[in-house]
Amino acid sequence: MSSDSTKKTIQVALGVCLVCSILVSTAAVSLNAIQNENRQVDKIKNILAAGGIDYQNKNPQEIYNEKIKPVTIELESGEIINPEEKSELLKPKNFDIKKVSNIPELSTSIPASEDIAGIKRKPEYMTVYKVLDENNNVNKYIFPVHGKGLWSTMYGFISLDKELKTVEGITFYEHGETPGLGGEIDNPTWKESWQGKRAFNENGEYIIDVLKGKVDQSNPNSDHQIDGLSGSTLTTRGVDYTMKYWLGENGYGPFIEKVRKEGSDEEI
Amino acid sequence: MKKYKEILLDPIFNNNPIALQILGICSALAVTAKLETSVVMSLAVIFVLTFSNLSVSLIRKHIPGNIRILVEMTIIASLVIIADQVIKAFLFDISKQLSVYVGLIITNCIIMGRAEAFALQNSVGKSVLDGIGNALGYSFVLLFVGFFRELFGSGKLMGYTIFQLNTEGGWYNPNGMFLLSPSAFILIGLLIWAIRAWKPEQVEEA
Repeated sequence: MSSDSTKKTIQVALGVCLVCSILVSTAAVSLNAIQNENRQVDKIKNILAAGGIDYQNKNPQEIYNEKIKPVTIELESGEIINPEEKSELLKPKNFDIKKVSNIPELSTSIPASEDIAGIKRKPEYMTVYKVLDENNNVNKYIFPVHGKGLWSTMYGFISLDKELKTVEGITFYEHGETPGLGGEIDNPTWKESWQGKRAFNENGEYIIDVLKGKVDQSNPNSDHQIDGLSGSTLTTRGVDYTMKYWLGENGYGPFIEKVRKEGSDEEI
Repeated sequence: MKKYKEILLDPIFNNNPIALQILGICSALAVTAKLETSVVMSLAVIFVLTFSNLSVSLIRKHIPGNIRILVEMTIIASLVIIADQVIKAFLFDISKQLSVYVGLIITNCIIMGRAEAFALQNSVGKSVLDGIGNALGYSFVLLFVGFFRELFGSGKLMGYTIFQLNTEGGWYNPNGMFLLSPSAFILIGLLIWAIRAWKPEQVEEA
């Protein structure tokens, strides 16, 4: 039989597809568990890094279990809620900002005028991480943030001290900014420059500005100003707006206010 | 009859897929900002090209002429997905940096080109050698570009500091241009120049 006959053509096509699909699905299914675990561990490492917890040479999962206490909050009211009453997806372990942002029942669209972070939709609920000290008192808070940079949506965390006044650290765990330019938001020195900055004024409004260029240290406002990264004006502007959005009234504002009023030690 | 050794080694300098045939340039620009990603990308291409040549050659007498491109594409795409899944499972941090470019190996002209131009006509053994050879030729250029881009762009090699950066208290002011894709064009151009100065028979007639 010639290779070019219709029958042979169909046979070969089916045969090749069958073999290939078996190989691909075997690979995908058998490696799925490891990949999911990688994603979990990666997220945990980033939470620990944002909270300034050293996990070198230790099992990140164990330290996470010991030191971090996740809570689910409703953004609009700032209330802490029990995620299990709403949806499995809101459980801290499953919580995925991208997934939740696309579920109509769990997210809202942001009016263009308010959407300074450029994210179009946001979850109505968020996971906030409390960092515990040796005596199991809350020591820091870690807030997930995300917003548009120059090329990509940047996903990260910002952590604040227990009084919710100063920044303890920031970190981004996923972005597609240009390596060496916008990608320098991962630069340890730049991330360190956020540490200890005064995040809120007396009225509880978020006041940190990322400048274009260097901060003038003699300026009285320098305690809430951050150096811009040269060559990445648009990316740093994205970081600036992302933080302004998430720590403002449309983001974690209500929750932050509530904690300030009621104190952080209230048990959930 | 070409000798086996020539089939394996020719594509590295004498008939390099990037430097002489100017194929597969796009990934050579995209993933070479660091040496580490270049290495992983090279390994992925070696794997895909070897096995795609192997499989195509294995069934070459049964592939009907009118659907041969589709058959080759299916095989290549499957191999690339497998490579991508393995990298995601075992080299998670690197897979985040390589992002879509592993998937884009599917569209790398070198792989399709070798299946069409070589594996369809030659025995399994020769096709495998041809696959490895061409993938090595590709890897050689990737590693060359990755080496210089990481060294001059961020003062590091494989993530280890070679030149202390001035932002971290050292002396080296990194050349940001090397982190951007166009620098790979310049490096590949210089490499092609060097190879053709060494082997003048590669120079095309004007």
